[in-house]
Amino acid sequence: MRTAGIDIGSITAKAAIFDNGKIIATKVIFTGYNAELAGQKVYDEVLSEAGLGKNDVEKIVSTGYGRNAVAFADKSFTEIMAHAAGAHFLNPRIRSIIDIGGQDSKAILLDDKGKVKNFVMNDKCAAGTGRFLEVMARALEVNLDEFGTISKKSSSPSKISSLCTVFAESEVISLIARGEKRQDIIAGIHESIASRVSSMLARIGVQKPAMITGGVARNSGVVLALSKKLDMEMEVSPYAQVNGAIGAAILATSL
Amino acid sequence: MKKQISEILKIIGIFLFGKFKKFTMRFKKSNTMKDIMMVYYSEAKSARLTRKKVAWITSGGPVEPLIAMDVIPVYPENHGAMIGASKMGTGLCETAENMGYSSDLCSYARADIACSTVNGGPIGGLPKPDMLVCCNNICGTVLKWYEVQARYFNVPLFVLDTPFCHTGYSDEVASYVRAQINEYISFIERACGRKFDYERVKKVGHLSFQGQQLWQEVLDTAAHKPAPISAFDAFYHLALIVTLRGTPEVIDYYTALLAKMKDRIARGIGAVPNEKYRLLWDNIPIWHRTRWLYDKFASHNACLVADTYTSAWCGTMKYIDENNFVNSMAEAYTRIYLNIGVDEMAKMVIAMIDKYDVDGFVLHSNRSCKPYSFGQLDIQRIVEKERGIPCLMIEADMVDERSFSESQISTRIDAFMEIIKERKKHSPANARAKG
Repeated sequence: MRTAGIDIGSITAKAAIFDNGKIIATKVIFTGYNAELAGQKVYDEVLSEAGLGKNDVEKIVSTGYGRNAVAFADKSFTEIMAHAAGAHFLNPRIRSIIDIGGQDSKAILLDDKGKVKNFVMNDKCAAGTGRFLEVMARALEVNLDEFGTISKKSSSPSKISSLCTVFAESEVISLIARGEKRQDIIAGIHESIASRVSSMLARIGVQKPAMITGGVARNSGVVLALSKKLDMEMEVSPYAQVNGAIGAAILATSL
Repeated sequence: MKKQISEILKIIGIFLFGKFKKFTMRFKKSNTMKDIMMVYYSEAKSARLTRKKVAWITSGGPVEPLIAMDVIPVYPENHGAMIGASKMGTGLCETAENMGYSSDLCSYARADIACSTVNGGPIGGLPKPDMLVCCNNICGTVLKWYEVQARYFNVPLFVLDTPFCHTGYSDEVASYVRAQINEYISFIERACGRKFDYERVKKVGHLSFQGQQLWQEVLDTAAHKPAPISAFDAFYHLALIVTLRGTPEVIDYYTALLAKMKDRIARGIGAVPNEKYRLLWDNIPIWHRTRWLYDKFASHNACLVADTYTSAWCGTMKYIDENNFVNSMAEAYTRIYLNIGVDEMAKMVIAMIDKYDVDGFVLHSNRSCKPYSFGQLDIQRIVEKERGIPCLMIEADMVDERSFSESQISTRIDAFMEIIKERKKHSPANARAKG
């Protein structure tokens, strides 16, 4: 059976094609202002990547904030279900998922069958999300993809005390003005995300083994800071950013 | 001068409207909530003409002695709920913030304080008070809020201090609160300029108790499957037990409502068509979003069958001695849901989960109401441990619309319902039903 999953997030739209138990293609594009268009575009692109036509796919599931904007999907699920399905497929032993996306971060607890037992999401605040990192990258004039490597050079991470993205940005600017090293500031930013996310996780209690998914998982600095803070190993999903789309494609197989 | 005349004419208009409404209501079989509330507010707003006194009182305050002395009680919190439901909360909250009040302050308090200065809101503001009665059994904010209003209107304020009851009710607390009831009665005597009517308060006490019993019976009907009444309906019908308890109108209204619910049960009509999932609600409603939330849950065939909020006005009947109301009300008003320890609250929540046989627990973490929201995470944990049902916490505010993010809350509710559906699919009860 061949299925597709479309995950429309606040910053990026993701798509995955699942064919008889295998991931055969994935795609990531920017969502832009029109979630509906983004859904169509990312689907067209993932199909051409897989060398398939629309008729070659049996079922489509959408997920993410824009899940209801994907009119051609057969069904929609929340990203909680999708991430759970994706992580369980990649490693059935996983009991906790930490997903850090563009504008929200969440923690999901799974049972031994991969079913969602509980979840918690951040609310009313972008601190500890991908958007927070983007704002900081702009303030520091550093490419976000280099954040992980640069932060590893730090020996004494700066203290970022602000809980708010906007205030943290001005805090970072004042750190730059004080002449603090770039690597220390970036490491400090990672620590502040880790502390934000881990206090949310404490609400439901993380269980081992844990996997980190979402676009921010590509930042090795955040993963390191989080493993330190939680004092546990974090498995990084090889498909971190498209984990939700893969999960959606897997959910489509049982429609 | 001109302004005064137009003010008097306005009051006469309100008075005549109330009289006319009351007259027409005599010919109706049963009266609607709207009719009753219109008469109530027009009588309160024309109190100066009828030489009656108006008291502003907190929602959990002992109102019966006021009613026994013909004082019209008015509830800023009920008014706050009306402001929230008519989506006028944000504007009034902003006005209060412009006056210098913090946006962290309770939105009922912000809306009420602002409304007093601009006579805004859905009913053009509350009638001016002759006295204020503040009972801190519901929160600490009311103390400062009522002090602000006492200064603004330059009227006497009575504070009834009900100590927090972590577990039981000690003798010291009992005598402390009981002594204040005597002071309260003297306060009303001074404000009214006449002796307290001890005979009348017995009658009012009976009516209050009877009203609470009927309200509980109405809420109890939701134990039936499908539930004939949802928490959203209860949020609406609640207004009378809050504002008019101790009067015969409450008895008539809830008697009729109970009959209606029994009829719905007999005919198998549910508050939500196709009720498949039953949920319990915690905290004050998100007044500006009740319709949206009802539709959202109903789209998942889920009904919020009960809540911890509306049952707070009939939750302490066991402490009331109907034949000795004034003496026993001290304990009943002190031991209300918001004035007891988290373990006690959790016990009540679990009892409701069992009674209404719910599949999930929805907690509104209400930015405004600190005493209601503070222990929620612990209660959630206790419920998860003791009953193992899914729990969902949504962050919002009862009146201030700025604290509500629709798409985030929508996703949480969808995910929560996905978990409940998945669970119910695999539950032993369902497997049996399938045979």
